[in-house]
Amino acid sequence: MKKFDSERLTLAAAGPVLAISVAVLLTSMVLLVTGNNPVEPYVLMIEYAGNIDIQVLIVNQATTYYIAALAVAVGFRMNLFNIGVDGQYRLAAMIAAVVGASVTLPSVLHVLLIMVVAALVGAFWAGIAGILKTSRGVSEVVSTIMLNAIATSVIAYLILPAQLGEAVGNNLTTGQIPESGWFPNFETEGGAVYGFIVIAALLGVAYWVVLNRTRFGFDLRATGASQSAAAASGVDAKRMVLTSMLISGAIAGLAGMPVLLGSSHTYSLDFPAGIGFTGITIALLGRNHPVGIAFGALLIAFLDKASATLDYNGYEKEIATIMQGLIVIAVVVSYEAVRRYGLRRQQQRVGEELAAAAAGNGENTKEASA
Amino acid sequence: MKILYGMQKPDEGTITIDGEQVSLGSPGEAIDRGIGMVHQHFMLADNLTVLENTVLGSEGLHGIGSAARRKIQEISDSYHLGVRPDVMVEDLGVADRQRVEILKVLYRGARTLILDEPTAVLVPQEVDALFANLRELKAEGLTVIFISHKLGEVLSVADDITVIRRGTTVASVKPADVTTRQLAELMVGSELPTPETRESTVTDRPMIEVSGLSLYASDPDHGRRAVLDGIDFTIHEGEVLGLAGVEGNGQTELIDALIGTRHADEGTIRLGGEEITAWATRRRREGGIGYIPEDRHRHGLLLEAPLWENRILGHVTEEPNSRGFWLNPKAAKQDTERIVEEYDVRTPGIDVTAASLSGGNQQKLIVGREMSHHPRFLIAAHPTRGVDVGAQAQIWDQIREARREGLAVLLISADLDELIGLSDTLRVIYRGKLVADADPATITPEELGSAMTGAASGHLEADTAPQDDATGEEDR
Repeated sequence: MKKFDSERLTLAAAGPVLAISVAVLLTSMVLLVTGNNPVEPYVLMIEYAGNIDIQVLIVNQATTYYIAALAVAVGFRMNLFNIGVDGQYRLAAMIAAVVGASVTLPSVLHVLLIMVVAALVGAFWAGIAGILKTSRGVSEVVSTIMLNAIATSVIAYLILPAQLGEAVGNNLTTGQIPESGWFPNFETEGGAVYGFIVIAALLGVAYWVVLNRTRFGFDLRATGASQSAAAASGVDAKRMVLTSMLISGAIAGLAGMPVLLGSSHTYSLDFPAGIGFTGITIALLGRNHPVGIAFGALLIAFLDKASATLDYNGYEKEIATIMQGLIVIAVVVSYEAVRRYGLRRQQQRVGEELAAAAAGNGENTKEASA
Repeated sequence: MKILYGMQKPDEGTITIDGEQVSLGSPGEAIDRGIGMVHQHFMLADNLTVLENTVLGSEGLHGIGSAARRKIQEISDSYHLGVRPDVMVEDLGVADRQRVEILKVLYRGARTLILDEPTAVLVPQEVDALFANLRELKAEGLTVIFISHKLGEVLSVADDITVIRRGTTVASVKPADVTTRQLAELMVGSELPTPETRESTVTDRPMIEVSGLSLYASDPDHGRRAVLDGIDFTIHEGEVLGLAGVEGNGQTELIDALIGTRHADEGTIRLGGEEITAWATRRRREGGIGYIPEDRHRHGLLLEAPLWENRILGHVTEEPNSRGFWLNPKAAKQDTERIVEEYDVRTPGIDVTAASLSGGNQQKLIVGREMSHHPRFLIAAHPTRGVDVGAQAQIWDQIREARREGLAVLLISADLDELIGLSDTLRVIYRGKLVADADPATITPEELGSAMTGAASGHLEADTAPQDDATGEEDR
């Protein structure tokens, strides 16, 4: 049996390695075509990431990405495409910031309240798409994308001083959350590492446990693997869609928390946007596995943060953006290729082993299956 | 066959076509060499027309327009396939779809046709029509490789017979020299299994009672129409009720209504005296309904999941798969080992994906899984379709044994011998209605076949008045 296990591991690693190699190769070609040195940018970025303060930036960025990608991955595991993580986390962060700034509570409770509000708002926003899908059959892809746009408008309206916001210079914010509502960070020589990274890691563990060790997780994965088989096995498809949409939204709601609770302590116009979409890339890259997603989040965060050096050295830092795009394409293609290869290869191997067992004698069959 | 069609590479040995030794690396190469395959599971796109399906992937041959249409018409006419190029495939019956598959292969210039279990889905009359087509092909000089578990058919259509068992050729014979029985013994390698159930185990305790069950579907062409129309039947403990019918006459809907993936519009279903009409699928399963689905790939398995996860499928809330909210993978794995052992699922281990097993072994796994939860009522839809003779005998044995212990079985099958041999009572479904019933002890497949096409109804015995349910069974 060990053979199949080690082989599965090799195949699992083969996809990402293949994808990233192809992406690097293609990026180099782009560099060549545009008359640039095809290798130097990588060297520059890797050297730059050797600085401890850049490493802190990368880890902090990856924390946010990780949570967003988990939110996307929950949906992916049951073939549900929650493209709306972006709107969900922004709306959640904004409302949570307003609530956080307007109450005074003991420290732990205060942080907890903000997190719960964020998760509920995220779940609510995703739940709209879930209800539309279960009651009216609206594709969640379409509705979540539209909800992203609606979230942007809702936030723009709510943050006006006439509503919940306040003007600070040229910026609009939701007011400062008092210190009791801050999540303690780890101070290092390179700067503060978000303490929320612990919550992110716990979320990753919980994600794995729920999916792989609970009845609910099994139903969810079964639905993703074959909707018809899951229905025949007794999974209530509608309830499953709604529940996983709510869970995905709740996790998405937490994606803004590392920044909100760890550094900005307020929601303002320059609050990071677009993290939900990066989350999709990372969930794909990490194959919806919590460990894979962690690597994916670090890689994308590295490209984001280390590419800053390119500007100082006469390259456009958009090279990193090109590379991210190429990674997405390469990931989709190479994972499918590896998946098919793996399935075919296993079929072949099973056939071979059975033939060998049959050629030996009946006893071998039993041994092989024991 | 996968090797011959280029889907898999041989480790040893050679393939010679027209005296020339070839190596086939892909289905494309096989097609170039004139080898075409008609798969057991049809490979057609429902939402395209026959013409579109035919040219799909071979647009380079005759384009996609009138030249292609002419070519299709020409092939169809010369072999009397009777294919209409502009009909949507979703509107075609099984036999017509099969002819489209054959046409597709011929369109690509095949001179050698491989047919994998082509008759599994056909009624006797359609089988005869298929054989007529095959004889036409033969007369035109084409070679046909006909793979089948049904010996009578092999004997009637083949010129040469090769018997393969567990991957080796065990005999090559001429149909004139052997009887069905001898051939079967070559296949099994020992004494012959028969589906016949001798002694009756039917009790008078009803297990599943269906009354007035109707289900409606609406589509733009026909408006609202009944796909199940007032179905009534009772299956007692220890009874096998066989349901005969041409596919698409409401069997799928009946299964859906019984397992709970669709809910009855009218009528009631009672299990062991308890009304379950409103129950959801999971509750029905927990309540003791076992399910061997007609399409194991769509409804019975997670193909890319390991065997032990497939063992959990459908029984996730039951021991040993879970305890309360938590899964119990260890116990599930152990129990999978047991099923693999007891039901002789041929696999190198329980961590391989379900997709890597052969159809027969997949089916044995499903049967083992369902039987492991000691169902009170089993829905067995085509339990031995696409399964080799050895596994077939085993599955029959298991159904028979469970029946002896009081299991009620609804057996739906296109294999009339299986229906007649295994059932205690026979009913025929036609256009969503149970139109006829018969005594399996006296009926012949031909009589049953004519009732399936709507040509006969009522009780299928000339002198007896129509009987209800199983009342006549005990005195048999």
